[in-house]
Amino acid sequence: MKVIFRRPESLSVTPTHYCPGCTHGIIHRLIAEVIDELGLREKAVGIAPVGCSVLAFNYFNFDFQQAAHGRAPAVATGIKRARPDLIVFTYQGDGDLASIGMSEIIHAANRGEKFTVVFINNAIYGMTGGQMAPTTMPGQVTTTSPRGRDVNDVGYPIRMCELLSSLRTPAFIERVAVHNPKQVINARRALKQAFIYQRDRVCFTFVEFLSTCPTNWGMSPVQATRWLEENMMPYYPVKNFKTPEFTEGQNAD
Amino acid sequence: MAKILMKGNEAIAESAVRAGGLLYFGYPITPQSEIAEYLAHRMPEVGGVFLQIESEVAVANVLYGAAGAGARVWTSSSSPGISLMMEAVSYIAAAELPCVIVNIVRCGPGLGGILPSQGDYFQAVKGGGHGDYRCLVLAPCSVQEAVDLMPLAFDRADRYRNPVIVIGDGMIGQMMEPVEFTEQQFPPLPPKDWATTGCQGRKPNVINSLYLDPVEEEKLNFKLAAKYEQMKKNEVRYEKFRTDRELECLLVAYGTTARVCKTAIQRLDDEGIPTGLLRPITLFPFPEEAIYELSQRARFLLSVEMSTGQMVEDVRLAVGRSKPVYFYGRAGGMVPSPEEVVDAVKRYLAGGDR
Repeated sequence: MKVIFRRPESLSVTPTHYCPGCTHGIIHRLIAEVIDELGLREKAVGIAPVGCSVLAFNYFNFDFQQAAHGRAPAVATGIKRARPDLIVFTYQGDGDLASIGMSEIIHAANRGEKFTVVFINNAIYGMTGGQMAPTTMPGQVTTTSPRGRDVNDVGYPIRMCELLSSLRTPAFIERVAVHNPKQVINARRALKQAFIYQRDRVCFTFVEFLSTCPTNWGMSPVQATRWLEENMMPYYPVKNFKTPEFTEGQNAD
Repeated sequence: MAKILMKGNEAIAESAVRAGGLLYFGYPITPQSEIAEYLAHRMPEVGGVFLQIESEVAVANVLYGAAGAGARVWTSSSSPGISLMMEAVSYIAAAELPCVIVNIVRCGPGLGGILPSQGDYFQAVKGGGHGDYRCLVLAPCSVQEAVDLMPLAFDRADRYRNPVIVIGDGMIGQMMEPVEFTEQQFPPLPPKDWATTGCQGRKPNVINSLYLDPVEEEKLNFKLAAKYEQMKKNEVRYEKFRTDRELECLLVAYGTTARVCKTAIQRLDDEGIPTGLLRPITLFPFPEEAIYELSQRARFLLSVEMSTGQMVEDVRLAVGRSKPVYFYGRAGGMVPSPEEVVDAVKRYLAGGDR
């Protein structure tokens, strides 16, 4: 009998702590699938952030480091510079990457550090209980923007892909979503491409995932999916921002 | 090997390279930028890594990553930069990662100035970052001693899986002295089988400092505490100078200040006031037993520092109420002169300022 679906070896057998309807689980699985498919599990080192995915190391079946809030790109820089042969990725939320870790991500990207960043944008702080993030939408109600995000007071949400694309060095930047099967397939393709570029030592790679947080958005998972489509996607377009000029296998050992 | 004349900062950098500290990440700050400048040309020659990072906050987190991947990694900075590193140093201590951090101390608080100081004693010795941890702290008093302590710093960092701070005041970093590089031998180190080097042929390794279960967190706290006790037992280092006699006064000083005190002791000898010096080489662990022992043959103790009084607290803890402990310090980048130390000793001898 042909096996058509099974747990990737790169995922460990651990009950999830993520909320129902949260997209972390899908993204974890995509990472595990891609790493398995490329045969990189035994060289992989993930870096967990501070935020809901702080315990990411429990869910993957390969080496992991847990970083201070926002510092994952600095930690990844250390690992990759010490051991360029390892496959290193950071897994960071929007508070971690776009707020407290803004300096670390900009400079790691600008140095062209050859690791992969998986950036989870759900427009809110999840773990601390639904506070305003740098990516929170205009008018969006959070516990620290109870009257809705006032752009005259705190500015507009930060678009990380667009911001990083303004730098000359970083070469692979793409925004994807995972709220329906079509988007999941596209996201998997982009993620795989990022890890191929890293494997072949081509460039810094950055994949942003538009994600839902039904718990802190105060919605059902279905409502959250619709809200993401109607509110986030027009402001955060799903597309490729930069691709290096490169043929697969060009730099391979 | 013949002695060569080198600036302290450059000598520290060269000694680290020879000790296998082949990954250096840093950010410029006076008075220690020569370390980075030296390594920028030296590391490529030896197949090492030199990288200038965007901030000291990031530097220390790069150290965390590289140390976690099994590398012998280090950085250097000066006081305000070291403050920025304290976040990651706490994580490094918690995750039990080895690294060496050189602090060429300048005066503060705040931006302060760029002149020598010993005002970072508390920060280095009492933790510095958040949580319950200690760093092993080595305090050289000359360029030669800084050179000699660097290999020890790397060895002990690896052996204890703990950050080691080499603390030198701006004088140590900036002055030129003749130095000799000698190879030091250490017992073999255990393999870094905990490092995140890819999980081929083993279970995944995790470098982590998150313990949500209080039982587990307390277990870590007590494990770290036991490690610091081991350091107290095995790593105390100090120098005794002119202490093999009955003393009027026992001076306690480290780094540059200790050298000033040695000159003062010679002048006090000329005046018939026998004075000795205990110079801590490790600030943590602190040579409290040696200080207590020597204090019993002195009428009083005087802690001399380039601060308004930090190490003096540990000297007082060491001797309790058995002897009077006084303090003399200069701050703000001022270095005490031997005459000032002589005067202070004589003043306390005469019963003044008590």
